[in-house]
Amino acid sequence: MPQYETPLGAGPGAGGPLIRFDGVVKRFGDNTVLDHLDFTVAPGERVTLIGPSGSGKTTILRLLMTLEQVTDGVIWVGGEPLSHMPKGGRLVRANERHQRRVRRQIGMVFQQFNLFPNMTVRQNITEGPVHSLGVPRGEADRRAAELLEMVDLADKIDAHPTQLSGGQQQRVAIARALAMRPRILLLDEVTSALDPELVTGVLDVLRTVAETTDITMLLVTHEMQFARDVSHRVLMFDQGRIVEEGPPEQIFGDPREERTRAFLHAVLD
Amino acid sequence: MTWDWEFTGKIIPDLLDGLVVTVQATLLGYVLALVLGLAVALARRVPVLGTAVFAVMEFIRCTPLLVQLVFVFYLAPSYVSAFTVGVAVLGVHYAAYTAEVYRSGIEGVPPGQWEACRALSLPPHRTWGAVVLPQAIRRVIPALGNYLIAMFKDTPLLFAITVGELMYQASRIGGVYFRYLEAMTLVGLFFLLVSVPSAVLIRRLERRYAAV
Repeated sequence: MPQYETPLGAGPGAGGPLIRFDGVVKRFGDNTVLDHLDFTVAPGERVTLIGPSGSGKTTILRLLMTLEQVTDGVIWVGGEPLSHMPKGGRLVRANERHQRRVRRQIGMVFQQFNLFPNMTVRQNITEGPVHSLGVPRGEADRRAAELLEMVDLADKIDAHPTQLSGGQQQRVAIARALAMRPRILLLDEVTSALDPELVTGVLDVLRTVAETTDITMLLVTHEMQFARDVSHRVLMFDQGRIVEEGPPEQIFGDPREERTRAFLHAVLD
Repeated sequence: MTWDWEFTGKIIPDLLDGLVVTVQATLLGYVLALVLGLAVALARRVPVLGTAVFAVMEFIRCTPLLVQLVFVFYLAPSYVSAFTVGVAVLGVHYAAYTAEVYRSGIEGVPPGQWEACRALSLPPHRTWGAVVLPQAIRRVIPALGNYLIAMFKDTPLLFAITVGELMYQASRIGGVYFRYLEAMTLVGLFFLLVSVPSAVLIRRLERRYAAV
């Protein structure tokens, strides 16, 4: 178990970045997915991660959601360590309780929606607020109705996920993530499992979220036009490292690295 | 030996009493098997406890039910009735099987469901109680139903420990009147009369829950 000599309070403070990856390494067996990765995300920033499959983009989101644990390095969220916790003036591996508390600021939307099929749309959206945050049932129900209004599915509140199209399910999943009032929203290839004609509806909802809230977003997507429209910054990954980063106009319009050019050429082709 | 209708009529009330005991033992044992099996399936996920529970369940699965019945019956204190021993042994024996059924059901819940629970920071009792188990159990209802019928057909073994179920009644009648044809025929018939509708019901459940 790695121990860090970082004294308490030396992490990014309230005025600093919302997310900080500090020398993060992630290995699956012999396969190094992230290789001493350092980057930060400012509050309210929307960052798109692009790169070939296997370049570690999705792993970054999964580490932030604590679906995976870092092999080495520290992840900070809102000035607090997420992967680790302070103990006796040092940082040690975080236990489940610590992660649960820090993780509550983070919401995630998955490629495969992952709605609970045994619950109605309303229950899917209120389950987290009621049982994880302790929001009173009536308030959670009202909030669910509002969010469904926003994703244009108000009439489906009592439907089961299996009765909805993929695009509708994904919009419910977005509402479910937002119901937790996260400071950070992770979007993991949210349109990749959808039929082409359903993609627009989901992207429109996400554009609305981007325009009307100051939620910090990390997105992994193959929808380059969407990435260009909503993100402040684009990170190009290859083999667990950041190859190039910059504003979307520069990355998409005038990429400096050959690797980025080749990747964009392949996907935009 | 020819069939005697008058004798048949005379022994039916006793056999029906036996059938009632058979059904009672099956249902009580089944409830025990369902509850205990779930507890075992969950305990098996705990590191050290799980290995111990697994060893006990393997042992139960690898020894005959009849031996277990007789063993426990002669070991149990005398104030414990034969019926109680019968139900307990049936329940524990079948729990070893239902536990495996639950386990496969739990493993069949897609990883994405667990991840969604984690992303919503659901407490463990909601992850299990509201998401994983409802989906897991729904999947295995048909398999659990098959064990109900299997268990029902195993209840005649209780006759070895003097539980007054159907088989016991029939052999008692046979012993008293030296006539086995009618009683044993009726035993088979009664078992059919309960098993066949149950099997139909389970097939129906299977169809209903298949479409998840």
